Amino acid sequence: MLNQLIKQAAADVASPSRRGFLKGAGGALVLGAMLPRTGFASEAAAPKVVGPADPRPQAFIRIAADDTVTVLVKHLDKGQGIMTGLTTIVAEELDADWAQMRGAFAPADGALYANHFFGIQGTGGSTAVANSWDELRMAGAAARAMLVATAAARWSVPASSVTVEKGVVRHAASNRSARFGELAEDAAKLPVPQNVALKDAKDYKLIGNPSLHRLDHVSKTDGTAIFAMDIRRPGQVTAVLARSPRFGGTVKSVDAAAAKQVPGVLEVLTLPAGVAVVARNTWAAMKGREALTVEWDDAKAEMRGTEEMLADYRKLADQPGNVATDTGDAAKALAGAAKVVEAEFVFPYLAHAPMEPLNATVELTPDGGCTIWAGSQFQGVEQKVAAGILGCKPEQVVINTVWAGGSFGRRATPDADYIAEAVTIAKAYGGKAPVHLVWTREDDIRGGRYRPLFLHKVKAGLDASGKLVAWRQSIVGQSFMIGTLFEGFMVKNGVDATAVEGASDMAYAVPNLHVDLHSPPSPVTTLWWRSVGHTHTAYAKEVMIDELAAAAGKDPVAFRLEMLKDHPRLQGVLKLAAEKAGWGQPLPKGKGRGIAVHESFSSFVAHVAEVSVDEQGRVTIDRVVCAVDCGQVVNPNIVEAQVSGGTGWAIGHALRDEITLTGGVVDQSNFDGYQPLRNSEMPPIEVHILPSTARPTGVGEPGVPTAAPAVANAVFAATGKRLHHLPFTRSGMV
Amino acid sequence: MIRLNINGQDRDVDVPGDMPLLWVLRDELNLTGTKFGCGIAQCGACTVHMDGTPIRACQTPAESAAGTKITTIEGVSGTVAQAVQAAWQKLDVVQCGYCQSGQIMSAVALLTDNRNPTDDDIDAAMDGNVCRCATYPRIRAAIKDAAKAMGA
Repeated sequence: MLNQLIKQAAADVASPSRRGFLKGAGGALVLGAMLPRTGFASEAAAPKVVGPADPRPQAFIRIAADDTVTVLVKHLDKGQGIMTGLTTIVAEELDADWAQMRGAFAPADGALYANHFFGIQGTGGSTAVANSWDELRMAGAAARAMLVATAAARWSVPASSVTVEKGVVRHAASNRSARFGELAEDAAKLPVPQNVALKDAKDYKLIGNPSLHRLDHVSKTDGTAIFAMDIRRPGQVTAVLARSPRFGGTVKSVDAAAAKQVPGVLEVLTLPAGVAVVARNTWAAMKGREALTVEWDDAKAEMRGTEEMLADYRKLADQPGNVATDTGDAAKALAGAAKVVEAEFVFPYLAHAPMEPLNATVELTPDGGCTIWAGSQFQGVEQKVAAGILGCKPEQVVINTVWAGGSFGRRATPDADYIAEAVTIAKAYGGKAPVHLVWTREDDIRGGRYRPLFLHKVKAGLDASGKLVAWRQSIVGQSFMIGTLFEGFMVKNGVDATAVEGASDMAYAVPNLHVDLHSPPSPVTTLWWRSVGHTHTAYAKEVMIDELAAAAGKDPVAFRLEMLKDHPRLQGVLKLAAEKAGWGQPLPKGKGRGIAVHESFSSFVAHVAEVSVDEQGRVTIDRVVCAVDCGQVVNPNIVEAQVSGGTGWAIGHALRDEITLTGGVVDQSNFDGYQPLRNSEMPPIEVHILPSTARPTGVGEPGVPTAAPAVANAVFAATGKRLHHLPFTRSGMV
Repeated sequence: MIRLNINGQDRDVDVPGDMPLLWVLRDELNLTGTKFGCGIAQCGACTVHMDGTPIRACQTPAESAAGTKITTIEGVSGTVAQAVQAAWQKLDVVQCGYCQSGQIMSAVALLTDNRNPTDDDIDAAMDGNVCRCATYPRIRAAIKDAAKAMGA
């Protein structure tokens, strides 16, 4: 449970004792980190186009003489809008004018920019706003206080008589004012105040303001935004890597003669990970790779197909697994239940397939280190991995983080996979030129790191009054934590928390609950995928609860509310979604309405879907209504976009997407076989946000878990058919 | 040597004739606004205009672009392009943004031909452009907003 860890960390940050700790280690971390050591006015004007930050000033805030305020953002913006969100938090406490605000990606520096929930620099688990909320408000407030103190001293007036509004520092009585840029240099010489007052939520002008535009809304509409794919270093060469078609396969022999004849191919390098073709440009590298003849050693490779794996999983599910939770006596309660409902759920391997294929540019540096340009999501890991390959210190690995064209979890890997490939190739190429490693879409779709294949068996019992009395769930699927640096943290008693989150911590009141887990190993590589364990646990739970409501003869909303008495925020989103969707209003024949509710990453979401199903089993989603409670909203426009996008993400995959293997080889290769949701398939969607001043939580992932089960429950309402196997095409839908 | 006309300028490039226009733009001419997404004309990230018609640059051999006028996101201009880009900015359409050059090129072509597109027209024109962030509702709204702004 990333969920629980995040909750704990959020609680720690909020608690006085933890604050005390922050003042000690973190006084430096939180406030000292805010200021560059040499002063906070930078000589050059901040660039209009945000990009990699200048790694020298170690700070969150830079105020330039031209009045621009640049916030150094330590989290990767892969579309979720965190550059804008974190900049807003600083601007609010600084009382800046939004027009003067800029954002830049922070350099890789774990001492300054670690994610407090992970202990290393990295982005994930929908943690960014929650993680930076205190840090950046305090930084903004401290910087404001320093600007005020500077102005007060300059004008010989009490600081308490100086106000700040929209980037102007003013002394009303003497009608004097100064802009930030005029004060910044002197302000930087002051000691950092140790106690600063933070604003009350009712006084927010920028936080929660729907009229703020994203900082990247121009550069991403005129082609000027720079992604890793767009990095062009002098003399740069392009590399593509031929990898084993089977997971776990290794290179046996290579015939590179034909590849070397392809015009533009510079070198062919045989590496442990595969065979790299280095060329003058991308096309030549791709042509060169096509001309390779590689024989692979499959001795340690996965040779099974998906159906064989599922058959193995099915057998495992009937054996006792590692216990994730066990309260009461589920077996006994089931035996005595008036009604028992059971189902087997199947969830396929899924690729992330971000629009920008994986890529990174690596330039070896004369000190034995390197400089990396990438849509870097786990800088802390990547520095260590690159240093290990080059035999240098992590701090000799400079990472320039740039905009990432999507990630959905893919760019954050515990072993820095594609970054490691790029560094390995750059090293093998001998530093003759900067190397840009490019994955093609085929590399991506066939390259693993999938949401694991999962099989659940669920058995639940109702008593004579229709009350849920027992729930037994067996979950089978690979662990992507075992064997990584996160194992000690995330795997307890053999249970990978990410595989059972959303199931073992079930919110519905059930006195007898048993959830166990099998994590069968396979060479197929797997990874977190937008909303992680909740991608499958929420689906199984919400479809099952719907079946239980039907078995009990109760309304699906009323049945859920009854069991959520201790969960007011889940109740809140459930009621709001139901109300906005017109729950209970009759629909014509062939149409149905379904609902689902879930907590993930400490945010609360409910979806209602309305669908039509024709005689061929074709599902059309007519309308989706969503309610979200993510605490204090920093940017409602971005929350809406994330939840809407998460909904599209979830239903697109649920409708038809799966990665399948035959004889260990992936059957799909590109967007023709792994078909993304398209514009005409996106249903009209309404997102309703519950007003809240609770601590902010994430929105990048929580919009995902409930969308597909709401659609599945709507299909049931329309047809009486249950969709237990995903994608829906596995359950007879088209 | 192949002579191409890109954004109104003649450019001579020394590339094999079968090199896709996409890689000529990105690797030879440093016009990186046009994106590589799939390489098989399934995602539309590489959409550019050839004599005003939207095409997928990843499946257009360089030699077949000779003698035509190619327009990329860097060079797209005029009333329609301005209206489309303004609507995209007004509605904060973008998330990761990687597909948006292609989305905008398709939308500009649509609105150039059809100043008042219906939802079906938008589906037909835009379904070749994938957005994994699913910014589709705002893309649709922005196309309608641009149409309105142009006084359709």
